[in-house]
Amino acid sequence: MSDHEYIPSSKFGKWFNDRLPLLTLGKHLTDYPTPKNLNYWWTFGGILTFCLITQIVTGLILAMHYVAHADLAFGSVEHIMRNVNYGWLIRYVHANGASMFFLAVYIHIFRSLYYGSYKSPREIIWILGMIIYILMMAAAFMGYVLPWGQMSFWGATVITNLFSAIPLVGESIVTWLWGGYSVDNPTLTRFFSLHYLIPFLILGLVVLHIWALHVPGNNNPIGIDLKKPSKDTVPFHPYIVIKDLFALLIFLIVFAFFVFYSPNILGHADNYIEANPMVTPAHIVPEWYLLPFYAILRSVPDKLLGVIAMFGALFILVILPWLDTSKTRSAIFRPLYKQFYWFLVADVLILGYVGAMPAEGIYLLVARVATAYYFAHFLIILPLLSRKEKVLDVPLSITEPVLGGSVSMSAVKQREDKL
Amino acid sequence: MSEKKVKRREFIFTATYAVGAVGVGATVWPLIDQMNPDASVKALASTEVDISSVEKGQSITVLWRGKPVFIRRRTEEEITKAREVNIDELKHPEKDEDRAKNPEWLVMLGVCTHLGCVPLGDKGEYGGWFCPCHGSHYDTSGRIRKGPAPTNMEVPKYEFVNNNTIKIG
Repeated sequence: MSDHEYIPSSKFGKWFNDRLPLLTLGKHLTDYPTPKNLNYWWTFGGILTFCLITQIVTGLILAMHYVAHADLAFGSVEHIMRNVNYGWLIRYVHANGASMFFLAVYIHIFRSLYYGSYKSPREIIWILGMIIYILMMAAAFMGYVLPWGQMSFWGATVITNLFSAIPLVGESIVTWLWGGYSVDNPTLTRFFSLHYLIPFLILGLVVLHIWALHVPGNNNPIGIDLKKPSKDTVPFHPYIVIKDLFALLIFLIVFAFFVFYSPNILGHADNYIEANPMVTPAHIVPEWYLLPFYAILRSVPDKLLGVIAMFGALFILVILPWLDTSKTRSAIFRPLYKQFYWFLVADVLILGYVGAMPAEGIYLLVARVATAYYFAHFLIILPLLSRKEKVLDVPLSITEPVLGGSVSMSAVKQREDKL
Repeated sequence: MSEKKVKRREFIFTATYAVGAVGVGATVWPLIDQMNPDASVKALASTEVDISSVEKGQSITVLWRGKPVFIRRRTEEEITKAREVNIDELKHPEKDEDRAKNPEWLVMLGVCTHLGCVPLGDKGEYGGWFCPCHGSHYDTSGRIRKGPAPTNMEVPKYEFVNNNTIKIG
């Protein structure tokens, strides 16, 4: 991992480090050369780590008071809210924390899309990130089932029924997932077990994600390869640590606003009604962070194809590094891509909006157009742009435009190849 | 001689992999199958319902295996409407005669075949049921007429124990 030999100054440190090189790892992390032009969009990695730790700590505490049983779960959540000391705070932090986690991850993903961070040599970082994102959605979905309210129950029913679209074995798979003939107590207990497991899987993947990041190092706003360390880089500590902490502080203000001033605004009132298998709420809506995919699901009139489209919308992101093959990473130097990037942002926001609306009339029409555009962006526009787009000249180093600073040899070679 | 020995070694490898695969499969199966419905869930397989108080045009909903079952005593008009339909026009062609053996009584799972919501009665464009989740319309025989649901609402196994009692399951 580290390209320099670190020798601890104390005798004990040396003895320990020879046996378990934790101090070498620590040194690598503090000295890790970071591009000096990283902007605030790069602070969301740290924010996401904070979100994960928050969810694990608050979740651990909630599990001490929660009872995973169909007859008791709803009451135990109210017990946490009313009787447990600071239970209301811990539950609201956990519930809104999920939303904050997704807010941060969407910014993190769109940062990556704008600056081309998914491109060679960072494909594995991107794929690991996508796996984390998919696990996050699974964890969030199962967590939402645990309070055993009406939305919990019917959300679980609708989502697990997606698997019934699979030909031949679909029904058996759904019965297997439920552990019965409908969503019921066996479903609740296994969801609780898995909800507890997934964050630790995510934690492990985050370690791999960061490990894979530290091999090529950070991408940067102008998307060039850097010589490291050089005039173009700064050590991670203290420069990036301080910047990340400042960004985290701003993020926490938003977080605290939701927790203390509108803790239920992102939820649904229906979930304060205990689950009732006889009555479906008039309007089933998933949590806001799943809405774009929900809109894609509903925009296709066929059940199986709708499910395929929804999972396809996710899978297409995984193979993105091979759909966008333009050598230029940053949108700053890709005038056309930059425009289509913002079209995509708008498209996803529109999908999110229509996903929250009833699937009829104008909303259905808009959802269909937006779904088609979503796929067109990745399958038609990006491959075409990769070939046809005339990109601007990329600077040879971060400092070059101002100082003629240190130059990465690969950037020089790239430019020569182009000429 | 040497060629023969290699073949013997290959045979041992293949046999080892095969036995290993069977062993892994046999070990993993209980870990997977434990998630299927357990004995206590299966034990609730049938339920008896008293229908003596249901008037014409009324429905009752009962819980069977955790799922709602609609039992509707249909009016003459509803029966005629369900039986007049040209079968070829249906997305999931089924005769009303096959779905409701006793035309007055329609018994079916109150579960939308799209994604499992409970449809609302006396609603929708075909005078039957309407699913509020994703907009599927069912007719007075519980057959899918419009919307994303792929099939008609399922008719469970049931029988009339006597004139006043239905046994579902």
